[in-house]
Amino acid sequence: MPGKTKSRCADAEEVADTTMEDAPTSAQQPSDGMQEDQSGNNEEEDEKDEEEVEPQRVRILPGSSNTAASFEFLKEGHTMGNALRYIIMKNPDVEFCAYTIPHPSEDKMNIRIQTYDTTTASAALAKGLQDLEDLCDVVTDEFWTKRHDFMASK
Amino acid sequence: MAPSAGKKRAPPTAEEIDERNMVGVNKETVTNTTSNDYPDNYANEEHAWDKDDFRRSFKVQWHDNQQFEAQFSLIGIDASIANAFRRILIAEIPTLAIETVFVNNNTSVIQDEVLAHRLGLIPFTGSKKVICDVMGFWQKPAEGEDTWSTTFDTNTVGLSLKAKCTHNKDAPQDSKDPKVLYHNAHIYAKDITFDPLGGQSEWFTEDDKIRPVNPDILIAKLRPGQELDIEMHMHKGYGWDHSKYSPVATASYRLMPTIKITQPILGEDAKKFVQCFMPGVAGVEKVTRQEARTPDSGYEGHEGELKVVVKDAMRDTVSREVLRHPEFEGKVKLGRRRDHFIFSIESSGQWDSDELFLEAVKTMKRKCSVLKPQVTNMVYTF
Repeated sequence: MPGKTKSRCADAEEVADTTMEDAPTSAQQPSDGMQEDQSGNNEEEDEKDEEEVEPQRVRILPGSSNTAASFEFLKEGHTMGNALRYIIMKNPDVEFCAYTIPHPSEDKMNIRIQTYDTTTASAALAKGLQDLEDLCDVVTDEFWTKRHDFMASK
Repeated sequence: MAPSAGKKRAPPTAEEIDERNMVGVNKETVTNTTSNDYPDNYANEEHAWDKDDFRRSFKVQWHDNQQFEAQFSLIGIDASIANAFRRILIAEIPTLAIETVFVNNNTSVIQDEVLAHRLGLIPFTGSKKVICDVMGFWQKPAEGEDTWSTTFDTNTVGLSLKAKCTHNKDAPQDSKDPKVLYHNAHIYAKDITFDPLGGQSEWFTEDDKIRPVNPDILIAKLRPGQELDIEMHMHKGYGWDHSKYSPVATASYRLMPTIKITQPILGEDAKKFVQCFMPGVAGVEKVTRQEARTPDSGYEGHEGELKVVVKDAMRDTVSREVLRHPEFEGKVKLGRRRDHFIFSIESSGQWDSDELFLEAVKTMKRKCSVLKPQVTNMVYTF
């Protein structure tokens, strides 16, 4: 048995009810900052916040490094999750990208991004959002010009 | 070193690209279903996101454009994006709907809560500009605040429905139709009246008045002595909260079907082949002299016989009926184009169908631009 495990066992004997410090913290545990946001939301109406100061809805989850990070989005779902995943995967500097909705009754969406050394995970996320905006512009232009052509041809 | 190193792989031909984007639909299985347009998926191919490349390759084709139904194709887009638009259409574009019902009197056989639910589902329309730009979201007043402290003409539309059923003295003796025997036997959506609040009488005038999209929706049936006296408040809301706020009756897409005939199908088989599809999908034609003379065409010596031609694959339901018959085995290949989405949007009336899609794209862009600064301000917790 490796020595590391042994010493941990010895600690456990000293304190009968061992503190679970060695166990990885739950990725879903909200940080203090997030909790404040949520309690703020409950008091005021959500729509009002959207119009005024938008509460922070994105955070990096614990255990992330520069090139490999998980991001937690509040109040986002498959709509943004899958679209963002696709556009981030299109980035050649990204090694891996995936999204998940950890639990259906929590309004949360997580995105995992792992990049090569050429960029960082949060830069890849920011680029993804920018690319998705550009995509929307192109779709709007093409859609409306073709609509005009179609209506004119009728 | 990889055997191909040093030697540049030729760029894919149009045929190859076509093949890549084809989902195979077989008798019992589907093949080649996942997207492959990612970097490093093919040697010497970029596949990185590029706005100009996308502008060149993305196409829209229109099939039908009416107020209550629009059909168009998005070509050269990924399923994840097309699906995002579809989801936004259903759940994330706000509309006005009846949210609160004040029942002053209801002696009809329909219970208050059932009636309120029915009323909520009636689609209403009015000045599009005012609904979009002036009308905002209503908020619940904070605890201890006055009930109406958050209700304004810019977030609430008042409606009322007052009807009392009475005997029709002029009805013919032998009549059995309740609509003839009684006044107000049937209450329709058109009986709901718009009560303008504040500035609304100026915003919603004449043709822009708040009114039900379909005036003939039956709300309740009454009998003499029964009475309805109801006031309603409409608010703006999202489809994710309640489907009554969804701006569409349906918003869906399907992939473009393809039918490839790989070997000639002739004579009686040809007629049977056509019967395997919906009308207009496949048809028969006579083999021309030129085809009959072309070697390896498969039609040699069959001049004048009937052969199968694909007329309009888009109308195919992909029922796969044709794959059940042994005589067509190996002669036909069914598939769907993975990057060709045939959208069908049916508006419920508050918006025009084509406008709705534009709004969906705008909504997605807005979602991105809201999230962008948030990513910059992100709380680093590691």
